[in-house]
Amino acid sequence: MKASTSRSTIKLEVTRYRPSVDSEPHDQSYEIPCTDDMVVLDALNYIKDRVDGTLSFRWSCHMGVCGSCGVMVNGQPKLSCAIFLRDYKREPIHIEPLTNFPIIRDLVTDITDFMTKLKAVKPWIIRKKEKPLSEGEYRQSAEELERYHQFSGCINCMLCYSACPVYGLHPGFLGPAAAALAYRYNLDSRDQGNDERQPAIASQEGIWECTFVGECTVVCPKDVDPAAALQRSKVATAQSLLGSFILPRASGKSATEGSS
Amino acid sequence: MASANRTSVPRIEPIWWALFSAGGFVSAFLVPVHLFVNGLAVPLGWLDTDIASYARMSELINQPLVRIYLFVLIALPLYTWAHRFLFTVQDMGLARFRKPLAVLCYGSAVTGSFWAVWILW
Repeated sequence: MKASTSRSTIKLEVTRYRPSVDSEPHDQSYEIPCTDDMVVLDALNYIKDRVDGTLSFRWSCHMGVCGSCGVMVNGQPKLSCAIFLRDYKREPIHIEPLTNFPIIRDLVTDITDFMTKLKAVKPWIIRKKEKPLSEGEYRQSAEELERYHQFSGCINCMLCYSACPVYGLHPGFLGPAAAALAYRYNLDSRDQGNDERQPAIASQEGIWECTFVGECTVVCPKDVDPAAALQRSKVATAQSLLGSFILPRASGKSATEGSS
Repeated sequence: MASANRTSVPRIEPIWWALFSAGGFVSAFLVPVHLFVNGLAVPLGWLDTDIASYARMSELINQPLVRIYLFVLIALPLYTWAHRFLFTVQDMGLARFRKPLAVLCYGSAVTGSFWAVWILW
């Protein structure tokens, strides 16, 4: 069925910043043809292809999987491929680069800080000693999968970092996605890397800066709950520390064991 | 804080957080009950005023378990205040005063806890 078109054109205000030309970011207005089935990314691609080829933005899959097309739409962090123009009644629609990240050009931000933090929590399965292939795979029950599955949907889109006021105020804060992924691997029955992740998680800038605002969970396009991961990591770390006071020799015990 | 070493795991922060968290539970679930019973139900006569009489209260407070309960009720929410207030003023732009503010906030909570012990025992 052909989508019914409620308006034929739409006005957009897009942040432009070309370091070689502009001294600071500014808005540029565009009015482009619009249909009801267009998402914000379609509008940006229309501008890039037919109106102004100098506009820069990141995108790849156009299906909410790659996590590269995050922008601020009317002040809210959104995946531009997953948000329809028809849902915005007021014009112009403001499109800006993700907040809390330095701008490289137009809607393209510098994500180095996030990549560094992501790497610091080692979001992969760590084994103290790999067993030989002949012993078969690391088996996991449905129940064990269920423990971490909620936190495994992260696509590293960084919308949660844009939504997080704590990250905005304290750029050193580990942040929601990295904390959620660390928690996801700590919960994985096949993983033994808790102690290796702990320095990045339990440091002052790790989980303790989080004041449980919860906006990370609100804006997550994959329904991950980073706020819960952060809170549960705090509980687990506090329990582990209190345990180490009572039984100092057992302090190397997994910090997540007490939380599940 | 930007200057903190990423790899150093603070030993004290989890303790403050745990006290903050436990205090949050007390503030959310126990304090409202006491506000309702002692602040509304008894003064307005919804409950028998005898249950809050001096004799009854002084009999109750002489029991060690009641004293421990009152200590928890009084002391833990102080840590919730201390932690929340510290982070609030820090987020309002006073991050550079974090250390003295932390001493002030947590120090007040610790002082309040000792004060509660002194009054109750």
